[in-house]
Amino acid sequence: MDIFLLEAVINGILLGGVLALLALGLNLIFGVIDVVWIAYAELVMSGMYAVYWLTNAQGWPVLLACAAAILFVALLGVLVHLLIIQPILGSAPINQLLATGGLLFFLQSLATLLFGTDFRNLGVRLPIIELGDIFISFARLLAFVVALLGAAALYLFLSRTFLGTAIRAVAQDRDIMGLMGVDQRRIYLITSAIGGGLAGLAACLLLLQYDVHPFIGLTFGPITFMICVLGGLGNMIGGFVAAFVISQIIAVTGYYLSIEASYVLAFVVFIVLILIRPQGLFSK
Amino acid sequence: MTATANAATLSLTSVSAGYGSFAALFDVSLEVRLGEAVGVIGPNGAGKTTLMRVISGLLRPRRGEIGFGAQSLSSMPAHAILAAGIAHVPENRRLFPRLTVEENLRMGAFIPAARRHYGERLAWIYELFPRLRERRHQPAGTMSGGEQQMCAIGRALMSKPKILLMDEPSAGLAPLVVDQVFELVRRIRSEGFTVLIVEQNVQQVLDVVDRAYLLESGHIRLSGTAPEVARDDHIRRAYMGL
Amino acid sequence: MSARLIAGVVAAILIALVPLAASDYLLHIAVQILLWSFVYTAWAIMGRFGLVSLGHGAFLGIGGYVPALLWNFYGVTPWIGIPVSVALAALLALAVAYPATRVRVVGHYYALVTLALGQVVALVIIALRDITGGSLGMTPRAVGFSWFALQFPAKSQFYLLALVVWIAGLAVWLWLDRGTGSRALEAINEDEAAAASIGINVMREKLRVTLISAALTALGGALFVQYLMYVNPETVAGVGVSLQIVFAAIAGGMYSLLGPTVGALFTIALTESLRIYFGTSFIGAANTIYGALLVLFIIFLPRGILGGIEALLARRPAAVRG
Repeated sequence: MDIFLLEAVINGILLGGVLALLALGLNLIFGVIDVVWIAYAELVMSGMYAVYWLTNAQGWPVLLACAAAILFVALLGVLVHLLIIQPILGSAPINQLLATGGLLFFLQSLATLLFGTDFRNLGVRLPIIELGDIFISFARLLAFVVALLGAAALYLFLSRTFLGTAIRAVAQDRDIMGLMGVDQRRIYLITSAIGGGLAGLAACLLLLQYDVHPFIGLTFGPITFMICVLGGLGNMIGGFVAAFVISQIIAVTGYYLSIEASYVLAFVVFIVLILIRPQGLFSK
Repeated sequence: MTATANAATLSLTSVSAGYGSFAALFDVSLEVRLGEAVGVIGPNGAGKTTLMRVISGLLRPRRGEIGFGAQSLSSMPAHAILAAGIAHVPENRRLFPRLTVEENLRMGAFIPAARRHYGERLAWIYELFPRLRERRHQPAGTMSGGEQQMCAIGRALMSKPKILLMDEPSAGLAPLVVDQVFELVRRIRSEGFTVLIVEQNVQQVLDVVDRAYLLESGHIRLSGTAPEVARDDHIRRAYMGL
Repeated sequence: MSARLIAGVVAAILIALVPLAASDYLLHIAVQILLWSFVYTAWAIMGRFGLVSLGHGAFLGIGGYVPALLWNFYGVTPWIGIPVSVALAALLALAVAYPATRVRVVGHYYALVTLALGQVVALVIIALRDITGGSLGMTPRAVGFSWFALQFPAKSQFYLLALVVWIAGLAVWLWLDRGTGSRALEAINEDEAAAASIGINVMREKLRVTLISAALTALGGALFVQYLMYVNPETVAGVGVSLQIVFAAIAGGMYSLLGPTVGALFTIALTESLRIYFGTSFIGAANTIYGALLVLFIIFLPRGILGGIEALLARRPAAVRG
């Protein structure tokens, strides 16, 4: 096998980890609250700036800055729900999607206002690992491993705890949650915080590999939505699998053609698949 | 203890309720005393489910007062009413179909007071319904109707409620299974639970309750002890086919 | 109705006289408002029936690039290039809308499919950087005033063209609104299955407004490029502009004839005044306020500015769709 192709495949798998994390967060929010946060990637962007600002301007250690950024984006998630979603929970779903679209503009512009349009990065250079003839970025490997750990932690939380079970239960029958002694509003807030926290974690992992700029959300936001829809909106395991399928398409096509061509192909595959199987690839 | 046992623990006073422009309950007054089993019978669309939803807080009453001990439930949200000690087994069971049996039971113990006793309650429910223990890792939606009803009742019992509301537990079940469900109700009674049960299956429900109310078109038409109600001419003609 | 018609004609004449008095800057703003109003109206033609497209940048981009490329590389006049681009946009719309209607892709899924479509076109433009100039954009070969090349360097001339096109857009909206298709689409939006069961041809009605909307949007994109004599992927394709179209139409009121126009007036006046107020030292400040206002609009005025005013005038509470 072509060594460069193998490298592309490995990079695809590593990219898939972070995309899977994002898809999990988005799917959680969709499944539980029944809204699409179209500004989800902009929350990630906010987290990336938070890490950048805390380390470069405030001199915090990277790990501490990452922890703070995760909390910060979790708080943003709570605010998104309280200020934007909760007031229009009863109106048409498309209005909720569009309201978070306004947030997308808001966060992009605010980032431009605060940080300008320059590309910023951590200034930390992680080593390249050599495995025989294959070169793997340590940052990507780290991001992949942490993303999988994050996903595993979420899985344990959702399957083992009372709160996690309640979050899954809401997605199945929201009207009777009161009869279980569950305050639905509280579950929505906690879910929003977890969704935000996952975006914050993804932000830390992405900043290891990429520069941040106000419009970075537009580069991976649409791909994240596609992954969720392919997996079946709200279907967490489906989204997880779809993340690796899509990232593989991007990595391998990117190797043979160009990076734009690979994204074009991914979007076209997405459109075609949705038109064939609108309920998602992995639903029965 | 005897004094409190005779006092009404749940009391509805002139309660009216409905959905939008549609009114379903008119001026309903009713009471349930501690240790009692009370039935509400009536035809389809009489407002029986609305009555249950109003008591458990899924629906706000438009007028009237709902008291529980010294508390007023009229403006309490549903999750607080469960914490106050009223559990509701909803119409059509409403299990979480993709959660396992055990996860459904876990949901029943969500409130902090119940969470502390989760292990022992789970053992108790499995003792009460051994079938649920066998099926505990199975998604609840894949069980038979009777088993699902068992699970729904078990889920409600996990919070050790002072009163158990049951909405048509026999609906949609085969006749043989209906007998089993009423057997379950008897066992719950013998465990000392106070029960308010709504049913269309008039003859069988009158066998398990102490007192009963007749609800027709949103009005309470009749009330009395179970034998009294069973002897009533209107009931016998309209509901027992006698 | 005729009173409104007369009022409309009088207003149109007055608007047509603007170039005699206005400065180049005001004319520039006016052309922008008219062309964007046209595009927003085109979007609302389908958006008002629940067909919320987040990918109209695709059609705008096809309209923007195809005539310019044909002109630069083959010297094909925009009189041919624009119809070709309009036809291509309609074809693309058909290719997606036909299967989407068949398998009933609606709501979130519809929005996300259209979002992906917008991305595809934007990425293809960037990927073909050898001919399109990629992210840097491209300039149609300028020849000065020319009917053949559809180039009118004087702003007042282009203003009149934009005015005609804008009125034509409103006429299409009215024509569709008067037809039986409008009632049918409202029924479809309420309950598609029920509409089909009473004999409404769901496929035909949806495809009709989708194709018209895509075609008009492509025309708008083409005229933008003829006016600005410059095009880049960010301003005519991609997520940003697609969402801008949706928001302006909603802010103005997508259920009213002049709603999208009000949306264009409002958003352009707002961004211009914020830009002047904040100056260029605060890049982003204007858009930050714009974004916050969009959120507030959708929460508090889901029927838009004009829809809200109409509801107020009708003295009944604004009904929220959906």
